[in-house]
Amino acid sequence: MSVLSPPVPPRWLAVHPAGLYVAPADLYIDPTRAVPRAVVTHGHADHARPGHDHVLATPETLAIMAARLGDRAGHARQTLALGEALTVGGVTVRLAPAGHVLGSAQVVLDHQGCRVVVSGDYKRAPDPTCAAFEPVPCDVFITEATFGLPVFRHPPADGEIARLLRMHALFPERTIVIGVYALGKCQRVIALLRAAGYDRPIYLHGALVTMCRVYERLGVALGELRPATGADRKALAGEIVLAPPAATRDRWLGRLPDPMIGAASGWMRIRQHVRRSGVELPLVISDHADWDDLTRTIDEVARAEVWVTHGREDALVHYAQGRGLSARALSLVGFDEETGGDADETTPVPDEAAS
Amino acid sequence: MIRFARLLEALALTPSRSAKLRLLADHVATTPDPDRGWAIAALTDSVGLRNARPAMVRALVQARVDPVLFALSYDYVGDLAETVALIWPAPAVAPDAPPPRLGEVVDRLSAAGRAEVPGLLEGWLDRLDAGGRYALLKLITGAPRVGVSARLAKTALANWGGQPVDALEELWHGLTPPYLELFAWLEGRAGPPTPADDLGLRPFMLAQPLEPDDLARLDPAAFRAEWKWDGIRVQLVGCGGRGRLYARGGDDISPAFPDIVAAMPGDAVLDGELLVVRDGVVAPFSDLQPRLNRKTVTAKLLRDHPAHVRLYDLLVEGDQDLRSRPFDQRRARLEALVARTRPDRMDLSELVPFTDWAALAAVRAGARAAAIEGLMLKRGDSAYVAGRPAGAWYKWKRDPLTADAVLMYAQRGHGKRASLYSDFTFGVWRDDGTLVPVGKAYFGFTDEELRALDRWVRSHTVRTFGPVREVTPALVLEIAFDSLQRSTRHKSGVAMRFPRIHRIRWDKPAAEADRLAALERLLVPGT
Repeated sequence: MSVLSPPVPPRWLAVHPAGLYVAPADLYIDPTRAVPRAVVTHGHADHARPGHDHVLATPETLAIMAARLGDRAGHARQTLALGEALTVGGVTVRLAPAGHVLGSAQVVLDHQGCRVVVSGDYKRAPDPTCAAFEPVPCDVFITEATFGLPVFRHPPADGEIARLLRMHALFPERTIVIGVYALGKCQRVIALLRAAGYDRPIYLHGALVTMCRVYERLGVALGELRPATGADRKALAGEIVLAPPAATRDRWLGRLPDPMIGAASGWMRIRQHVRRSGVELPLVISDHADWDDLTRTIDEVARAEVWVTHGREDALVHYAQGRGLSARALSLVGFDEETGGDADETTPVPDEAAS
Repeated sequence: MIRFARLLEALALTPSRSAKLRLLADHVATTPDPDRGWAIAALTDSVGLRNARPAMVRALVQARVDPVLFALSYDYVGDLAETVALIWPAPAVAPDAPPPRLGEVVDRLSAAGRAEVPGLLEGWLDRLDAGGRYALLKLITGAPRVGVSARLAKTALANWGGQPVDALEELWHGLTPPYLELFAWLEGRAGPPTPADDLGLRPFMLAQPLEPDDLARLDPAAFRAEWKWDGIRVQLVGCGGRGRLYARGGDDISPAFPDIVAAMPGDAVLDGELLVVRDGVVAPFSDLQPRLNRKTVTAKLLRDHPAHVRLYDLLVEGDQDLRSRPFDQRRARLEALVARTRPDRMDLSELVPFTDWAALAAVRAGARAAAIEGLMLKRGDSAYVAGRPAGAWYKWKRDPLTADAVLMYAQRGHGKRASLYSDFTFGVWRDDGTLVPVGKAYFGFTDEELRALDRWVRSHTVRTFGPVREVTPALVLEIAFDSLQRSTRHKSGVAMRFPRIHRIRWDKPAAEADRLAALERLLVPGT
C-alpha cells in the first residue's frame, strides 16, 4: 500500500441509529431524530427533521426549514453558504451545490488527509430554480440511490413539458392537474412551463403556496400564481393546476371540471407505477439523478470508495465494484418511508391512507 | 414510430371513449401517409408482423447490458419489452439516421428474412427513445392492447373525415393497410374506395329498450316476437364460396370461428346470435366465453365449445339487397333459405306466437332457459336500418334477479368520477362466515347516492391497494342482475350477467345479506 494513500475507510465516520455521525466534530448529517448538532443537506421532510439543538445549513435551506417547521426548525441556526468552509473539531466542512432543490447541498468533509463527500439528494439535469451540481473529487463518495437501477433514465424535462402542453391544447375544456411535491418539484414544473412559453396563471393547491412564496422571496421568479381553492369552478376549465400528489387522489379533485390527472415524478418511467397511481398524464420529471448520472458521477468523483444509501443499492454497488472501487450499501434508516404529503420522491406511490 | 409511441401511451392511459376518439383524430390529422394508416392497422391488430420472438429481443439486450444489472432490472420492472425499452444503452457512436418511421418498420420487417430481423431491430432500438423502443417491441411481439376496437378506430376516422361511420363500415372490408385510398376519400381528394368483393360488413340494426308504458301504445298485430338469446350478435357474410363472421363492434372474428364460416349457406348476408349449442340446447354465455377474443382456435375448443348461430334476419341473398324490404318479407326469405340449404351449425330463431301483450308477458315471465335474456319485438313492416331507429325494434328484457350483497372493495373512477370511489366489488357470505366476491358494479345509483357511497368508503377503509380500498364489511347493496351462471373464473364459482346496484340498503345489517348457497339456487338450470 502506498504511504500516500489516505486512511480509507475513515474511522472518524460512523453510522449511528440517528444517522451518519462525524465523530471529531460531534455532528450528524441529515439525522433522522433530534440531535445536538446537525448538518442538513436540504429542506425535504425526510432530511430536515425538527427539534435539533444546532443546525448548520445553507441560508436557503434554513429559510425553507423555518417556513415548514416554524420554531421547531432548530434552536440555533447557523448558515453556511454554498462554497464556504468551516472547521469544526479538526474537520473542514464545506457545502457544495447538489442541484436537487433550492438550497440543496452536498457535504464535503476533509479530515486527516481524507476527503468524504456526502451527496445528499442530487441531480445533474438542468434546473432553473437552483444552483447546478458541482462534482467534487473525493476518497469516499456517499451517494444516494433513489433511482439506482439502469431502467431509470429520465428523459429531458422540456420534452415532458411539451407533451403536457400538447395534451392541454388537445383537451382545452379539461383541467390538467399535476401532482407535484411541495418543495422543489412544484417550482421546477412552474419554471419549466414558463420556459416553454406558458404565461397563463398557474393555479395552486393551498398546500403549495407557502413554498412558492419562499422561492420567490429567495429570488426565483415563478410568474402569476393563483389559488385553485376558492376559484370559480368554470374558470378552471382549460387551466393547469398543481397539487400535492395525495390531493390528486382525493375528493379535493371534485372541484375541478373534468380533471385530467398527471404526476411529475421519476417513478412515472415505470408503467406499473403509472397504472397504480391512476394518472392519465405521467410526466417523467425527477429531482434525483437517474442511473446514467449516478454512474457518471461515481466515475467522476470517487477515487477509492463508494457508499450507497437510501434507494436501490444493489445495482449501484455492483456497478462501482465493476469499476474497481470498493463499494458497499450503507443502511441508513428513515429515508425509505413516506414521511408526509410532501416528503419527496422517496417512494413510488405513497399509500393513500398516509395522505 | 415516435409519434405512434406517444399515441399508444396516451390511449393506454385514457379511459374515456371520447378522449380516445380525439387522440386518434388528432393523430391521423397530423401524421402523414403511410404512417397514420399503419398506426390504425397496428391498433386494430391488422399489421400481422409476427417474425420477432421475445427470445430474440432478450439475446439482443444481453449482448449489450451487464447480466447482473439486467436481471435486477427485469426483476423490478416485470415486463421484458418494458425492461429492454428502458435499459437499452445508447450506442457508442451516435446513429447518423433519424428514428425510423412506422411505415419503414412495417415495410422492412415484412420483407426481411428471419436472419435479418435481429440486425434491423438493433439498429432501430439505437435510433429510438424509450417510448419508441417500447412501442416497437410491443408491435413486433404482440398486439399493443390499448382499448381501441375496430369500431372505435372507424368512428374516429369517420368523425374526422366528416363521413357517416356506417358508410365507412360498409367499405372497410375491401381496404388494406395503410389505407391510402381511404384517407384520400376522407380528406376529400378522391371518391369513396370501391370494395374489391362483397365480403364487407353491413351495419347492424339495433333495438331500443322497451319502456314500461310503451306497450300501451303499440299495436300487437304490427309486431313479431322472438326470444332474445344471450350470446353475441353476429353477421355472417358469404360470397363466392368465401365467408366472414363479424361481431357487432365490426371486428372480423372469422379466424376464431372456422366451424361457422365453413357452414355458410352460399352467397348471403345473415344476422344472428352466436351461441354454444349442444344437442340442441343453448349453453349459458359463460360457455361461449372461451371461444371469444382469440386469434385462432384449437381443435379441443372446437370440440368442447361447439359454436352455433341462431338466425334472426336475412339482409342480402345472392345479389339482392333485401334491407329496404319489410321484416315479414325478409323473414319469409330467411325461412325458405334455411329450408332449402339446411346449413350445419345454424337454425332459425323461432317466432313466439301471441295475440295480445298480456299473453306475451306471461310467456316472457315463464321463460327460465339458460340463455334467454328476454324477448325481441320487431315491427313486421320494419326495414333493416343501420343504428337504432325509433319505434322499429324493441328489446324486452326479463325482470332482473336481485340479491343482497356486502360491499367489499371500492375503486376510484376516471375522468369526471376521478375524485370518487365509484366501482364497487361486493360479495356474499359463505357457510364458514367469510365473504366471497360475486361481482362488480359501477352504475345504478344517482349522483347523490354516489357521493354518499364515496363518503362511506372513505370512512370505512381498512386497507388500500393503489387506487383500491378494502372496506369494513358493513354495507349491504341490493344488486340486480340478468342471470347467474356457473363460472370457473370466479372464486365464488358463480358469475352475474349485467350486475348493477339496485338499492343501497343503509338499514340492513351485513350479517343478513345473502349466502352463497341461496344465490346458487338462482343459477340457470343446466349450468
